[in-house]
Amino acid sequence: MVIFGQFLEVLISGLLAGVLYSLVALGFVLIYKASGVFNFAQGSMVLLAGLALVRALDFLVTKGFSFWAAVVVGLVFAATIMAITAWLVERFVLGPLINQDGLTLFMATIGITFILDGGAQMLFGSDVYPLPLFPSDAWFLLENAFPGGILVSKIDVFGGLIAAALVVGLALFFQRTKTGRALRAVADDHAAAQSVGISLNWIWFIVWLVAGLVALAAAMVWGTKLGVQFSITFLALKALPVLIIGGFTSVPGAIVGGLLIGAGEKLAEAYLGPAFGGGIEYWFAYVLALVVLLMRPQGLFGERIIERI
Amino acid sequence: MLYRETGQFKTNYASDMAIFPIRQDRIAFWGLLAVAFIAVPLLDAMQIWPFGGEYLLRAILIPFLILSLAAVGLNILTGYCGQLSLGSGAFMAIGAYSAYKFGTGVHIPLDWFAISILPLPVLPSILLGGVVAALVGILFGVPSLRIKGLYLAVATLAAQFFFDWVFIRIQWFTNYTSSGSVTAPALNFFGVTVNKPIERYLLCLIFVTVVALLAKNLVRGNIGRQWMAMRDMDIAAELMGIRPLYAKLSAFAISSFVMGMAGALWAFIYLGSWEPLAFNIDRSFQILFMVIIGGLGSIMGSFLGAAFILVLPILLDQVPHALGIPISVETVSLLVFMVTGALICWLLIVEPHGFARLWLTAKEKLRLWPYPY
Repeated sequence: MVIFGQFLEVLISGLLAGVLYSLVALGFVLIYKASGVFNFAQGSMVLLAGLALVRALDFLVTKGFSFWAAVVVGLVFAATIMAITAWLVERFVLGPLINQDGLTLFMATIGITFILDGGAQMLFGSDVYPLPLFPSDAWFLLENAFPGGILVSKIDVFGGLIAAALVVGLALFFQRTKTGRALRAVADDHAAAQSVGISLNWIWFIVWLVAGLVALAAAMVWGTKLGVQFSITFLALKALPVLIIGGFTSVPGAIVGGLLIGAGEKLAEAYLGPAFGGGIEYWFAYVLALVVLLMRPQGLFGERIIERI
Repeated sequence: MLYRETGQFKTNYASDMAIFPIRQDRIAFWGLLAVAFIAVPLLDAMQIWPFGGEYLLRAILIPFLILSLAAVGLNILTGYCGQLSLGSGAFMAIGAYSAYKFGTGVHIPLDWFAISILPLPVLPSILLGGVVAALVGILFGVPSLRIKGLYLAVATLAAQFFFDWVFIRIQWFTNYTSSGSVTAPALNFFGVTVNKPIERYLLCLIFVTVVALLAKNLVRGNIGRQWMAMRDMDIAAELMGIRPLYAKLSAFAISSFVMGMAGALWAFIYLGSWEPLAFNIDRSFQILFMVIIGGLGSIMGSFLGAAFILVLPILLDQVPHALGIPISVETVSLLVFMVTGALICWLLIVEPHGFARLWLTAKEKLRLWPYPY
């Protein structure tokens, strides 16, 4: 029973960690779907959103605001920053690069990553800032079934709830609103969407804004977990295998991919790690993604790639 | 007026197939080689500006040459064969650590016997480092037969992270040093010990010249044409009788060989002693940037890109200091980050095909100058 309890604990913590990866991967998927841009800057957007939020929060709290009022104002402030970023990116980088091939756009987003990393830290400072949004202790579940119970971190549970809310919200936005319909039209075919009067520039701004808000949500959870700091940008790299497994164009894929990667990574570290000398968490996700790709080149949920000459 | 091929007739096959068919290009090429091989050592010997001290050689020219070599390697894979790779750092690391192991003696203790190779001289070690990198490159090139584009890029990340971990965790590769940092063996080439910066520079220069000429000839020949056909449209190439297995894996092998050699040189000649961190994901991105900014599918572009990406931060670092603006070191580094990013975006917008294309445009203009009618 003890062994099964341990397994369950590792599995649950892995699944919840996976949900947090999905939070970052979601931003990638949104932008890729709507504009075909593989947005490497998503990790930096998480950093920017997190820094804006935590610095506004600290400032307001020292000015004597109550904590939750400060959180609300901080969120609004961070959202504004993300909106400005979205506008700048669309206006000055992606707008002029319309119709370039995917690789050029990908490199441009790496350029944006540099600008955002430098700019965010210059504006808001480059220390580690704690963000106490959610309680950091843990629950013990099923204590009568297993000795010691199963330890579940509260931050991870809140992260899972936020991710669930985001997915429902995004699904409603895409399916039920006019803008959402326009977004899906652009994702389908740029030229056809333009010909029925949808402005590409406006759509791209909206997409980057939504991705920025998703980044803000990710920053809330990851910031509470690790503190807001530069290393948060490496999340972007962790989100890549999630994307590969789920497929670049699928929102549910990002969630399932995250769950698979999170659980696989933690289980592998716990059960295979000792045989390899530990630390295999570092590359396990990528190798898992590689294996999935060898079997299904478009990911589990991606659209089938059809090639013609 | 000066740059015009009027009157230069090609009368035999050899002149038709020359690397530089235009006489002015040939003169410029030999001039450049003369500067690099003769003028630079002379100026260094006389300590004439800007060669005062060793700064220029040590901090700019040597890293520039080695990183150009790596960029040439990646350009073969990404620029000519069209396989996007984010794992260049890993292949450099494999080259560096294999060269280190061959240079200090390989000893593999197995259950009932042990494989031992005595320490090899430096040159064979570096070349063998390249060979090992090529073998690993073939292994990690196999997925490219099934997956393409950005998906492949993420697959190559697997190589990057896996080998980062291997060289940190498996102590056999670092000869069980406690810190994980290793030091290159003495640089002894045919009885000559290479120590002074100018000697190191010349050594790198020889490597780079030989490899660049070989690469240029490879991409002009049969195999290079196969790579380019693969890049432009793999299905069509396959229908025309090009074997994807052979074309793609040979690109992976040759590109990894060059990158592995560059890694070995980087470790042995530039760094001296190093940690796995020297070849992390940032290095991969740096080399990818060089290739893209320089121009995909251009050997010369690799050099231009390497110069730009390497020198830009160094120059930017000096600007506030030269202007006498008092800002902290940290702010400067962040500023350099931002400006580099902005310049990359700007360059991509102005000329998405990189410096190589800019040079082609300039060449066209020069041919007609000063009467463009």
